[in-house]
Amino acid sequence: MLHRYPKRVAIIMLVLLAIVATFPLWGPTLFGSQSDFILEKLTLMVILALFAMSLDLLVGVIGLVSLGHALFFGLGAYTLALASPEFDAASLWWMLPLVMLVAAVAALVVGLLVIRTKGIFFIMTTLAFGQMLYYLISTAPFAGGTDGVFIMFRPSVTAGESVLLDLDNPQTFFYLCLGMLVAGFLFLRWLTRSYFGQVLDGIHDNEHRMQALGYATGGYKLVAFVISGVLAAVAGMLAAMQYGFANPAQLGWHTSGEVLMMLILGGMGTIFGPILGAFAYEILLYVYEHLTVHWPILMGLTIIAAVLVLPRGIAGLIIAPPGKAELMKSPWLRRLGRNRPPADIPVKPAVPNKEG
Amino acid sequence: MKKIVKQAALASLAGITLVTSGMTVAAEPVKVGLMLPYSGTYTALGEAITNGLKLAIEQNGGQLGGRDVEYVQLDSEANPSKAPQNMSRLVKGDNVDFVIGPVHSGVAMGMLRVAKQSGAITIIPNAGLEAATNQLCMPNVFRTSFSMWQNSFPMGKVAYDRGHREVVTITWDYAGGKEDVAGFKEAFEEEGGEIVEEIFVPFPDTEFQSYLAQIASIAPDAVYTFFAGGGGVSFVRDYAAAGLKESIPLMGSGFLTEGNIAALDGAGEGVLTTMHYAETLDSEENQAFVSAYEDAYGVTPDTYSVQGYDTGAMLVQALDKVEGNTEDQDALIEALANVELESPRGLMSFSDSHHPIQNVYLREIRDGKHEVVDIASEQLEVPDDACKM
Amino acid sequence: MDLAFFGVQLLNGLQYGLLLFLIASGLTLIFGIMGIINLAHGAMYMIGAYLVYDLTLRLGNFWLAIAVAIPIAVVLGLIIERLFLDTLYKRDHLYQVLLTFGLILVINEAQRIIWGGDVHSVAVPAPFDASLQLTDNLQYSVYRLFVMGVCLALAGVIYWVIRHTRLGIIIRAGAVNRDMVEGLGINVRTLFTLIFSVGVALTAFAGMIAAPLTSITPGMGDSILITCFVVVVIGGIGSIKGAFWGAILIGMAETFGSVLIPSIASMVIYLIMAAVLLVKPRGLFA
Repeated sequence: MLHRYPKRVAIIMLVLLAIVATFPLWGPTLFGSQSDFILEKLTLMVILALFAMSLDLLVGVIGLVSLGHALFFGLGAYTLALASPEFDAASLWWMLPLVMLVAAVAALVVGLLVIRTKGIFFIMTTLAFGQMLYYLISTAPFAGGTDGVFIMFRPSVTAGESVLLDLDNPQTFFYLCLGMLVAGFLFLRWLTRSYFGQVLDGIHDNEHRMQALGYATGGYKLVAFVISGVLAAVAGMLAAMQYGFANPAQLGWHTSGEVLMMLILGGMGTIFGPILGAFAYEILLYVYEHLTVHWPILMGLTIIAAVLVLPRGIAGLIIAPPGKAELMKSPWLRRLGRNRPPADIPVKPAVPNKEG
Repeated sequence: MKKIVKQAALASLAGITLVTSGMTVAAEPVKVGLMLPYSGTYTALGEAITNGLKLAIEQNGGQLGGRDVEYVQLDSEANPSKAPQNMSRLVKGDNVDFVIGPVHSGVAMGMLRVAKQSGAITIIPNAGLEAATNQLCMPNVFRTSFSMWQNSFPMGKVAYDRGHREVVTITWDYAGGKEDVAGFKEAFEEEGGEIVEEIFVPFPDTEFQSYLAQIASIAPDAVYTFFAGGGGVSFVRDYAAAGLKESIPLMGSGFLTEGNIAALDGAGEGVLTTMHYAETLDSEENQAFVSAYEDAYGVTPDTYSVQGYDTGAMLVQALDKVEGNTEDQDALIEALANVELESPRGLMSFSDSHHPIQNVYLREIRDGKHEVVDIASEQLEVPDDACKM
Repeated sequence: MDLAFFGVQLLNGLQYGLLLFLIASGLTLIFGIMGIINLAHGAMYMIGAYLVYDLTLRLGNFWLAIAVAIPIAVVLGLIIERLFLDTLYKRDHLYQVLLTFGLILVINEAQRIIWGGDVHSVAVPAPFDASLQLTDNLQYSVYRLFVMGVCLALAGVIYWVIRHTRLGIIIRAGAVNRDMVEGLGINVRTLFTLIFSVGVALTAFAGMIAAPLTSITPGMGDSILITCFVVVVIGGIGSIKGAFWGAILIGMAETFGSVLIPSIASMVIYLIMAAVLLVKPRGLFA
């Protein structure tokens, strides 16, 4: 994958981070009473960005397309819901490690089964395992069934008797989520640039060659699968914390599909792309829902268009802004430019980002 | 909500008289937020409720308490995981005065979580989860529909009185189905009947053949069931096609066939259901409602339409009482709680937990219509011991 | 469980399995030969059911409706393949997943705009609107037997085409090595269009003949899609034989699972899939 981006990437991301991070300062003046709501939306986007980023390690970096990633997202939410005391706030000090541990164990078990498969098989087996947990949770009496469960008290961050962070304060919670996102990003950036990341990169390009070179590729993939699952679970936990609610729908395959959309919209394999994708997706959704009750058509067409003309997502636009000639490389646009379709199918594919 | 309260406080501080503040309010429309499914499986329900609600307000000159009405419609997608953020959008983003919704119980859970935090006045026009007006117990939450228990409990006595002693129950393995069957079971066993088998079908499967064979081999006196929408249609048709209807009477909560009689295609004839409404109810209010609804939308109303209509009527009555003042939330809640409706479904008022006290009718499908056989339970109040307002 | 009960359930499992096969066969053909993962497959099942509902109302005859609906489904498949999939063959599966996910949203919403959100049904057509007495109180619709017969016959036709025709040889070769088939100068483009249209038509046809047995609702294809994925994974991607036995296995497992182990009935098929993958990661017949 990309290990060096043009400087503008760092600049754009830092500027965006600064804008988002300072929202509590300028939001109220600009949006008035709406700013509470916007801050809440921003928090959600930050959480979803972490979720999408975790999936990028699998999809973008290794090339394993998972359609069951919501499994870990939901698992994080449900671990929080079920482990929280009923009449008291849990402490984030032990809740966070617990969520990560549960997710790691689950990812290890599922990973051992699915990691041996590839391509379409990997897609379908991850999908099936996601659905399995979905049914398990939605029929389990202890988990509130299809109605879901409430988490009445947001976990707290305390030191001894004193409250370090008051997470019931929307701004504090926002900064906690933002902090988690930045930490997750830095971790994944470090990971993908490390020796481990280079092996994953090699697996993405040619797994057989890596095996021939003596790498136990299965082990590398399994470790990446677990890391990805743990990060997704942390995102799921934050999502459940935000609204105090966990529901089986968070585990369903539609959630997995949506996070994939964020990934493609943002640009996969870049780690920073999915962050942009999550924001873009949520903003589009908000706009479309305001436009018409038939918004799924608009969303569906947007996804189709993104796949056809923008396969490298927003990140691709930033890394290598397309000139006119570049645009024409998109097979679909090129076909639009011609009257007759080419006689043979294989237009050279737009290979995921390889430069840099 | 908070913003409006604050504005009101500021206005009175500035020494503006009550009369003029009342007038400035009158210029601003009442904002009614609708959080209902407009896509997916429950679309028909969302549309029926919306139609009913708008009809009631239209009949009041399109106004509530002398103010114009602005609707904010939001697709809930019947997706519980998005419920809190959607609710939050209506309450904090669009600053609506009321939220009407949802259809789906899982969505209701997510909405009510936000309703609890924000204090937004929420009227549930369908979702029948017991907790909404019992365990969760919020002063700002009302329901104009039913609870699963309310519709199924009366059937227990009916089944026993009709001579059935051994009954098989079958429903989806999800919260709504379990609550419904529990209501029937409670009443039926109280009378002295026995539930010989409780079958739970994975939700939302509609492949019923194996269960029908199971029922046939048990050969109970009757079957009690809860399914809804496509599942209800499939079950009733498959039950009839398996030839079971003649030997083992089929009873169910009204949702089994509600809104879907046409799709049943004759298979539903003779099926008994209990529910808080029937389109054939022989009352002046109902006949007027049915013809007004048919004129407006070209289709016959069903229970969902009535639930929407009564939600609208409830708003009309309460806002008249407070003269369109949505700023004093306590007064508004009190006005809503004291609403009494001569509804198409009959007399309807609200319990202390803000749940409707209403008749539940025993209905039999004859010639493609829900004919009212009897009042299965008059002015039935649901248990709400967990709720102390 | 007495013998009669067992026999009835066997019949139920077989009928459900055969219908699953019909849907899954299109899916596995498209996977195996084109390398395309089509999430919109379930949506096409739904479209088939709605088409036959609509056309039965208009034309007044179920059989006529099917005759008209099949060409419509083929054309729909043709349009989707030429317009969208054509550019995706050599790209990562991710893009196929996403594009077809987008198609689901569009198709589901188009269904709602055209036919609305109500539940519909189609009457069991003559001359199969009769029933057989199975046990002293249980009847079985003759139409279900007819559907079983149709599914079996189609399974036979597909098997024959793949085993004994030139097209079948190309298809089998394509499933093993697509590049080689291209290298042999076969017009893969036409082949792909044909396969996709046939695949879509098969699932739409399944929706059509299943219409009198089920209720026609928005989103009815979504749940069946996942079940079909499991069938295809168990059988082995691209294998028609695998899809057949996988479908029968899942049909039986769901039927008997729901009666014998109801507490975990919803997970039975996924447990079977996990077990198969442990032993044979590429499916039973790959």
